[in-house]
Amino acid sequence: MTVTRAEYCVVACAEAWRDAGEILAGPMGTVPAIGARLAKLTFAPDLLLTDGEALLTADVPAMGAKAEVVEGWLPYRRHLALVATGRRHVMMGAGQIDRYGNQNISCIGDWTRPKRQLLGVRGAPVNTLNNPTSYWIPRHSRRVFVERVDMVCGVGHDRAAAAGPSATRYHHLADVVSDLGVFDFATPDRTMRLRSLHPGVTAEQVADATGFTLTIPDDMPYTRAPTPEELRLIREVIDPKGLREREVPAA
Amino acid sequence: MSRDKTMTAEQVVGRLGSGMTIGIGGWGARRKPMALVRALLRSDVTDLTVVSYGGPDVGLLAAAGKIRKLVAAFATLDSIPLEPHFTAARQRGAFELVELDEAMVMWGLTAASQRLPFLPVRAGLGSDVMRVNPHLRTVTSPYEDGEELVAVPALRLDAALVHLNRADAHGNAQYLGPDPYFDDLFCQAADAAYVSCERIVDTADLLKDAGPQTLLVERPFVTGVAETPNGAHFTSCAPDHDRDEPFQRAYAQAAGDPETWRVFAEWFLSGDEDAYQAAVAAFHEEEAR
Repeated sequence: MTVTRAEYCVVACAEAWRDAGEILAGPMGTVPAIGARLAKLTFAPDLLLTDGEALLTADVPAMGAKAEVVEGWLPYRRHLALVATGRRHVMMGAGQIDRYGNQNISCIGDWTRPKRQLLGVRGAPVNTLNNPTSYWIPRHSRRVFVERVDMVCGVGHDRAAAAGPSATRYHHLADVVSDLGVFDFATPDRTMRLRSLHPGVTAEQVADATGFTLTIPDDMPYTRAPTPEELRLIREVIDPKGLREREVPAA
Repeated sequence: MSRDKTMTAEQVVGRLGSGMTIGIGGWGARRKPMALVRALLRSDVTDLTVVSYGGPDVGLLAAAGKIRKLVAAFATLDSIPLEPHFTAARQRGAFELVELDEAMVMWGLTAASQRLPFLPVRAGLGSDVMRVNPHLRTVTSPYEDGEELVAVPALRLDAALVHLNRADAHGNAQYLGPDPYFDDLFCQAADAAYVSCERIVDTADLLKDAGPQTLLVERPFVTGVAETPNGAHFTSCAPDHDRDEPFQRAYAQAAGDPETWRVFAEWFLSGDEDAYQAAVAAFHEEEAR
């Protein structure tokens, strides 16, 4: 059975929530949402998930289906308050991300009159200073992985350190998952490192698609494949419509 | 019997003035006081400072050139990530932006409602929110920890506009959906708050089919109540109605180009609220064909 690139990405995203305990998973994007559900159905059963609106759901419905069991209430005001308790691990997207993990979802170009206005900072500042944060980049390119982001929304390691102990106290950047590989910040200067390649991708390919110098260890592992049971859950239970393949088309 | 505060959307807007700071409730394309926004579009009131968890309220006011300054963390249509009028207005430098984090907006409104000058938050430190808002200050904890935190200034409002499911004539207002958003805070942070609602009911009927925790806004914080059925359209107002996705798609498509937007605005926004609702009904008849 051939595992698709999208399915490697799902597993890589799910791994971000391994051993997370009794916290809220905050996936943004299709593949992270499938990953969070996979984690809950397998190695992270204590995770909390939302319906994308104001409810915490106890069961794990298929993508697009309605949950049947509600276990809690999380309207926006409580969601923002929960972030400050730290009991959440969010996986956000990024219009731009740099080597220190600074992320931009606000605008491209000069902030005073942007070339391209995106969402705005949203909750990226509060998220990154309060709860573990990972990132999901469905199309790895030099446009996204940049030398310097135009507007720091999610705070990276250098900026947190410069801002002082109140900024670093609960700051924790975990994983960056892209359609090419998995990255982290386990380097002496807390800059981005390639941790695993998705099968079919080379380190040169990743370096070419990245606008800054990545740390690339000599002995590079591949991202782990889903187990047969995980693959069944992804294909038959969580994402029977194959939405993952639309976010990450076959390479 | 306390005062009757019922008024029309036009009377609400009649109490607003150019240059005011106006807070708008809801979140993104969810339970926005769109009938009040449409009434505002028909008025001469302009030069506004708008505080909002932005959706098409921000988009429409920006397209009409009524915003001098926007205080927001984002503007979105939810099912369509980017609000097209907001992005276009930003790209042509149409208004001044005070770009704050979502939690900073919440604490700024809370500070205003509690009559505090600021509230301390961790959010913002290290981010460019501090760079693009040089007016923001930090505050040092007077306790042993000595932490340096952001002092989010109170977001005091001249007026608040919110839309709820039910209200009585006295200004007690009720939400029946899953999320109160921040509508009570907007009302408490404002010198005058105006509630539009799907239906005005007798006070005694408010809790006929709902629990007391659905009573979100209390009458001391409300100046006027307007009954505007389908008044959140095209945003969602659960459980009375969902977001009108086909209409929202048409809105977003039209907003992408000045000429198609002119046609769209002529079709839907050139008349009063009754004309708007009739045009929406006609739009759906045409869609169904």
